[in-house]
Amino acid sequence: MIALNLTVNGETVSETIAPNTLLVAFLRDKLRLTGTHVGCDTTQCGACTVHVEGRAIKSCTTLALSCEGLEVRTIEGLAQGAELHPMQTAFRTHHGLQCGYCTPGMIMTAVDMVRRLGCNLERDTIREELEGNICRCTGYHNIVEAIRAGAAEMAP
Amino acid sequence: MREFGIGQSLPRTEDYRLITGKGRYTDDIMVDGCARMFVLRATHGFSRIDGINIDEAQLSPGVLCILTGADVVADGLGHFGSLVTRSGPDGKPNFIPPYPMLAHQFARFAGEGVAIVVARTLDEAKSAAELIEIDYTPLECVTTIERAEAPDAPLVWEECPGNLCVLTEVGDEAATDAAFAAAAHVARVDFVISRVHAAPIEPRNAIGEWDPATGRYTLHAGVQSPHMTRDELANRVFHIDESQMRVVAPDVGGGFGLKGQPQPEMALVLWAAKKLCRPVRWTAERSESFLSDCHARDDLVHSELALDAAGRFLGLRVRSRVNLGAYLSLAGIHCAVGNIGSLSGVYVLPAIHAEIRCLFSNTSPTGAYRGAGRPEASMMIERVIDVAANELGIDPADLRRRNLIQPGKMPYNTGFIFTYDSGDFPAGQAKAEGISRWSEFEDRRKEALSRNCLRGIGMAHVIEIAGGLLDEMAEISVDPSGAVSLKIGTHSQGQGHETTLRQLLAEFLHLEPAMIRFEHGDTDQVASGFGAAGSRVAMVAGYLLENVSAGIIARGKEIAAVLLDAPIADIEFRDGSFAVHNSNRIATFAEVARLAHRPMALPAGFSGGWSNRQIVRTPAPTFPNACHICEVEIDMDTGLTTVVGYWVSEDVGLAINPMIVKGQVHGGVVQGLGQVLGEFIHYDEEGQLLTASFMDYQMPRASEMPYIHTISNDVPARTNPMGIKGAGEGGTVGALSAGANAICDALKPLGIVNFDMPATPLRVWHAINAAPLRQEFMAKQRSSGLTTPASEIA
Amino acid sequence: MYPFDYHRCNDVDEASTLLESLEDAKFLAGGQSLLPMMKLRFAQTGNILDLRDIPDLRGITIADDDVTIGALTRHADVGVSAELRAVLPALADLAGGIGDPQVRAQGTIGGSVANNDPSADYPAACLALDATIITSQREISADDFFTGVFETTLEAAELITAVQFRIPNQACYIKFRHPASRFALVGVFVARFGTTVRVAVTGAGSQGVFRWIEAETALTAAFTPQSVAGLAPDIRVMNSDIHADAEYRAHLTGVLLRRGVSGAISRVA
Repeated sequence: MIALNLTVNGETVSETIAPNTLLVAFLRDKLRLTGTHVGCDTTQCGACTVHVEGRAIKSCTTLALSCEGLEVRTIEGLAQGAELHPMQTAFRTHHGLQCGYCTPGMIMTAVDMVRRLGCNLERDTIREELEGNICRCTGYHNIVEAIRAGAAEMAP
Repeated sequence: MREFGIGQSLPRTEDYRLITGKGRYTDDIMVDGCARMFVLRATHGFSRIDGINIDEAQLSPGVLCILTGADVVADGLGHFGSLVTRSGPDGKPNFIPPYPMLAHQFARFAGEGVAIVVARTLDEAKSAAELIEIDYTPLECVTTIERAEAPDAPLVWEECPGNLCVLTEVGDEAATDAAFAAAAHVARVDFVISRVHAAPIEPRNAIGEWDPATGRYTLHAGVQSPHMTRDELANRVFHIDESQMRVVAPDVGGGFGLKGQPQPEMALVLWAAKKLCRPVRWTAERSESFLSDCHARDDLVHSELALDAAGRFLGLRVRSRVNLGAYLSLAGIHCAVGNIGSLSGVYVLPAIHAEIRCLFSNTSPTGAYRGAGRPEASMMIERVIDVAANELGIDPADLRRRNLIQPGKMPYNTGFIFTYDSGDFPAGQAKAEGISRWSEFEDRRKEALSRNCLRGIGMAHVIEIAGGLLDEMAEISVDPSGAVSLKIGTHSQGQGHETTLRQLLAEFLHLEPAMIRFEHGDTDQVASGFGAAGSRVAMVAGYLLENVSAGIIARGKEIAAVLLDAPIADIEFRDGSFAVHNSNRIATFAEVARLAHRPMALPAGFSGGWSNRQIVRTPAPTFPNACHICEVEIDMDTGLTTVVGYWVSEDVGLAINPMIVKGQVHGGVVQGLGQVLGEFIHYDEEGQLLTASFMDYQMPRASEMPYIHTISNDVPARTNPMGIKGAGEGGTVGALSAGANAICDALKPLGIVNFDMPATPLRVWHAINAAPLRQEFMAKQRSSGLTTPASEIA
Repeated sequence: MYPFDYHRCNDVDEASTLLESLEDAKFLAGGQSLLPMMKLRFAQTGNILDLRDIPDLRGITIADDDVTIGALTRHADVGVSAELRAVLPALADLAGGIGDPQVRAQGTIGGSVANNDPSADYPAACLALDATIITSQREISADDFFTGVFETTLEAAELITAVQFRIPNQACYIKFRHPASRFALVGVFVARFGTTVRVAVTGAGSQGVFRWIEAETALTAAFTPQSVAGLAPDIRVMNSDIHADAEYRAHLTGVLLRRGVSGAISRVA
């Protein structure tokens, strides 16, 4: 068991964990932040996407111990209290989710997309940038619309 | 339109928790002291289990118990059943093999569970499982229909010669034979409908608990029908009264039919929980999902269409063979035969005869998946129409238009299985042709050729029976403050029921969605129900909730009459309140609610409370329908097929929430296109599953799927007062055929008459390479000064 | 995953020494190759040596004739590097197309090159751009480095510290994604240095990444798509599985070669 100290959603966290603990398991099982999901075992579906040091990564393919001293943000840390993040609101407005299982990963990927590529996103670009996220319910049509609208809302 | 009511594209109520990570899926539920179950699975396609040695495994750290098929037998656990029976080859009811919770003596497909290890952690369970020694004798196996029906094929079940489980006929053979004899033209086609996997992003899961104080089992699992799951487990497996089991389905991350079937792991966690007197949980890993979930479809079809000289359909003859897998899942036979009515399509088709054979093989049982037999049946008619059109040199749209059932003929008895109550198919086709610019397609085909690409366009009309399944229960209770609670036996896996059902109540009871508390998914909370399947919920719930609401209003009037001191005949329900006719004396909903809970204040004879519960059987099934058009472009150099356009004109009767309906169409279309373009489940000759992860199973990606343009062609159903028809599966039903037709149309100039799914780049490229008219086609390209891939093809 | 002990290394020497002394240990860079294998229990190790804290292993250095990329530089950072794009856009494009955005945020060039997955992109870049793999012990020419599927000439405790690529006159990388896995079903990297052309192919070969000599000869004679019209690698060296047989892979390799040459020509470098 090894000590781990990091920041999750703005709060300092100190735990001892087995070295082979994946970040997703640490978040879900230790911290009970169950919004981050596991949907595959080949690092493809993206349901586990969180932000580490502001970048979207797949928490199923990251050791928790590799995040020592770093800042992690999960879907639970996106809203400011009761005020939703514009990307979250956009997903609701544009019906960008159905069962909701891939949704936290989609939203975290979308927010990162805007960070890297700006607020004015072309639809084809969005589709390319969703290479790491799989949805089975929506057929992606409304996800693309939601991300486009959410990105525009994120403009300063 | 009433605010928050029917017809509004309201954002969904359930979204708030889902977009903030507060969704509660089965794996999110924390249970104190819960142990983890790992299922050890058979590795051969077909094997005899000669011995299992768990001695070393038992000593592995963290192990709580290890159980095998022998233990299942010793404890008397029963078998799963099949929803329907049909005739076997001998005319008697079909053979139903015992479907055990763990394999015993024989394992009949790679992936079948042979033992379970329950330990403190999953890693410990896995490590212990690695120490279990199983003595397998591999046996010869069959995985495909062709091999299963071969004369010398090994038998999956000794009791089932030729591996033929079901042989059934539907329709009028004599009339169909006569139609073909009189035909001016007969078109024929043989095609494959591939085996696929529902692959919801949330894998299957289960948490089993047993309470020694009450002797009751509790199962938490992501299922589509909590009550049906409970009944199957209680009655068939545990042989206990249904009241001794509770099933709770929390948020479910996609079902698509897969999670509508009970599967062994649900029983295994309950069984282990009782043995250990502690909760036991299991979650499938993705590779395990591919191995152990029910798969879907897997048909070989021979379809023939007889036409007269004017291109009118005289008869349809279909021979289809279906792969059931090694066991009968709950819906396996139903998918193969139960939805064959869709063969009629939207056409005047006087004579139809279908013969269906269902065979066993050493593969995972097949079961329900988006459309459950209707995508297949639709393809049986829609593919052969395109083949006929090509042979006759008629535009496939034109050939269809000539044969559409006219709206003036409703209600229309197809003469086969269904009588349609309503629908305007010509209008649907015209709309779809309009938004897709069908008439200008040949220009687009020519332009694509100049870029060395093959463009194709495909149309499919689809009509399916929806909502005809079984009864449903709902109960509305009003609490003393006037807040309303709805309990209903349906359950959602993403279809938005929490919103659409609230919209129905907003419509009937003039309520705001925030005033409605919604309970579903728990068999202890909701007395009975059927769940989500067959696109039933919108229609069934509409009918059901209107009736239950009427009961609430009736009761409310009784109480309001007391409050307003007026005869009950003078009370009306107006804008959410109870009013005296022709006056503005009103009693609000809340006032009525308060009085309802103070029976002391009511006259003698009045009992307290304000609720209404009903179980209804819907008056009749409905027939949602649509016209789909798909346009594709194939890169001849690489064989890559891109969907460049997709259009749907859909008739759902009445959309409770148009935005949600469109979402269902989008998702359904992409599942259909996914199958046409590349999803396939493949077992090798030794029965090993080669497509057991997303690395090998081609899931549709955002960059590959088109925008889906929808246009409404709603014609209210005449068989339920709301006119709702249902929407959940139509997208897939249409896309399978429209996509296949589009690809075949693209390959047509090369002389390819039929191309079987999946249209992976490999298969398309080989088809182009081997095409009968390839040389002529390339020559024509060259002489037109267009580029050719001639230098590319070896 | 099987259990393991975890260590974090502060510098290259510590990492090498520790690996050598532990024996049953593996380096962890971005984790995007190693962890998936371990999760499926296809790989295991008694010790993980996390390299994330080692300084000076990240960054891109541009010189006149070559670029040097630190081993722990993430694919995403290589993909968006304006300095790199100015002199070697084909390499930036390659990095920016590896996997998906989330994988690129973690995966590193050192990890990818050391792993030598037969469907990975970087090994093709290394061969085509005449790269030098710089390690804690020596410098290895790419031509000598990749020896087979998942095999390289790296010694047990040897750590890649950087990869140096020669800057060509023109280059292009074309990848055809495996429809399911999204790795390179076939990836072809074409690079022209003066009149000499190098062509590397990933994904297609049964022995892993390889230089396509026949194509190089033809393109060195004339750097045009026409000079390699109809050319395809020997089917016998092609990989074959249910997604792509040898014949298709060979054909696709030829197609991508011609598209790569066209792509290279249409750019300055």
